[in-house]
Amino acid sequence: MPFPAPFGLESVRRFFRGHPRVTRPLELAILPFEVVSKKLAFGCKMCGQCILHETGMTCPMGCPKSLRNGPCGGVRMNGHCEVDPGMMCVWVKAERRSRWLPWRGAILRIQPALDWSLKGSSAWVGLMIGRNGKEAR
Amino acid sequence: MSPQGPFPRFEDALRTGLPLLTCEIASGDSADPQDLQRRARLVRDHVDAVNVPDNTAGVVHMSALAAAAILVREGIDPILHVTCRDRNRLALQSDLVGAAALGVRNVLCLTGDHTIHGDHPGAKPVFDLDSLQLLGLVATLRRGRYLSGREIRPAPELLPGATENPFAPPYDFRPLRVQKKIEAGARFLQTQITYNVPRFAAFMARVRDLGLDRRIAILAGVAPLRSARSARYMQERVPGMEVTDAVIRRMDQAGPERGRAEEEGLRIAVEIVEQIREIKGLAGIHLMPIHWEEAVSEIASRARLEPARRALTATAAARTGRDAAPDRRGPGAEDSPLDRPREHRA
Repeated sequence: MPFPAPFGLESVRRFFRGHPRVTRPLELAILPFEVVSKKLAFGCKMCGQCILHETGMTCPMGCPKSLRNGPCGGVRMNGHCEVDPGMMCVWVKAERRSRWLPWRGAILRIQPALDWSLKGSSAWVGLMIGRNGKEAR
Repeated sequence: MSPQGPFPRFEDALRTGLPLLTCEIASGDSADPQDLQRRARLVRDHVDAVNVPDNTAGVVHMSALAAAAILVREGIDPILHVTCRDRNRLALQSDLVGAAALGVRNVLCLTGDHTIHGDHPGAKPVFDLDSLQLLGLVATLRRGRYLSGREIRPAPELLPGATENPFAPPYDFRPLRVQKKIEAGARFLQTQITYNVPRFAAFMARVRDLGLDRRIAILAGVAPLRSARSARYMQERVPGMEVTDAVIRRMDQAGPERGRAEEEGLRIAVEIVEQIREIKGLAGIHLMPIHWEEAVSEIASRARLEPARRALTATAAARTGRDAAPDRRGPGAEDSPLDRPREHRA
């Protein structure tokens, strides 16, 4: 399960999954707002499987190795990225910010492999229909 | 098959609970296997397993899988480095099943160095999976399935290993990442090269607090320096490497003359080994002599490091007659002795 589904959400998901003629226009309508807001706020890369809330509200796709499970071993002594020395390591930021979140333990969850076929799609709609994290780890 | 028949595997050595010793040798740039064989024979009798790096730092060398298969023929149990830099999940799966078929069982799951620092900076890095997802993939293969769910029969017998760098920020997160890797299936862990012993001790203290040393065999990385120049290069140019100023100063004092510099490098390495073996919760030492295989036996003899498999071959020789070979992976293979509390043993 990508996200804990409260009571009744599963039936909503089933409805949207069963009615692509509703879901698809909805996705087209939502997408521009999602792209603009997440790109401005978090530098979103539109992987389509958002885990921002689990990585200290820091987009892990900003990592040049697109690591979703923690920092690589090449982080510089000053906390900067080994590939782009001008950039702070995404995971140094994620770890620091996650401490402020009530659900700080979420950063320890093992994230499954990305489904690259969802790149560019709406993660919000994905969340709604329960499409995120479908790929087996 | 190896010239001297079945040989103790790294997993058997892990089970003994004795201090382990592994080392790394480069696959090299020669299409003639004799080059690798010659270097492998220099370390064969001194270690439990030999790591074969996979295009370290993004610089091209002979295929690590091919080199590991050559080592198996030499009677050495290789630890194959598998990185996510050059292969997507399809290639990773086929390589891992192929490795098992070639007798290569130990796989070190790494994310891999970025291509930008290598000799082909324009290459497209893959990073389809990361090291944790790769560990999960090995676990899936061991259960006899591809990621797609399709069956593999028989399932590949693989022993997944992982790495950690205690010397790179975020320092607080590193032990937690070890925990994540254990949960993803890692059975042994090799660390980045240690020069800053206090930092390593702090890392291990946190690892012990989390009880991780009892769940995974941790081998501390140690590498002898060959010159002040290489020490400086590592400090300045290799991200994630922490070479202390004290070490640099000692290498400077040794001077530019090769023999003296190498002697000082060995002495520093032996001192570091002697300091870190006092740290509780450590399962062994991993030596990384960069293009300097002779240093392995030298450090091992000076620091009195012995491979755990020597005890295994001794028991096997003592048990004359019916089953001379030590226990191979059997039905009880899932119950690792690592579940037992590991006392200070390195």
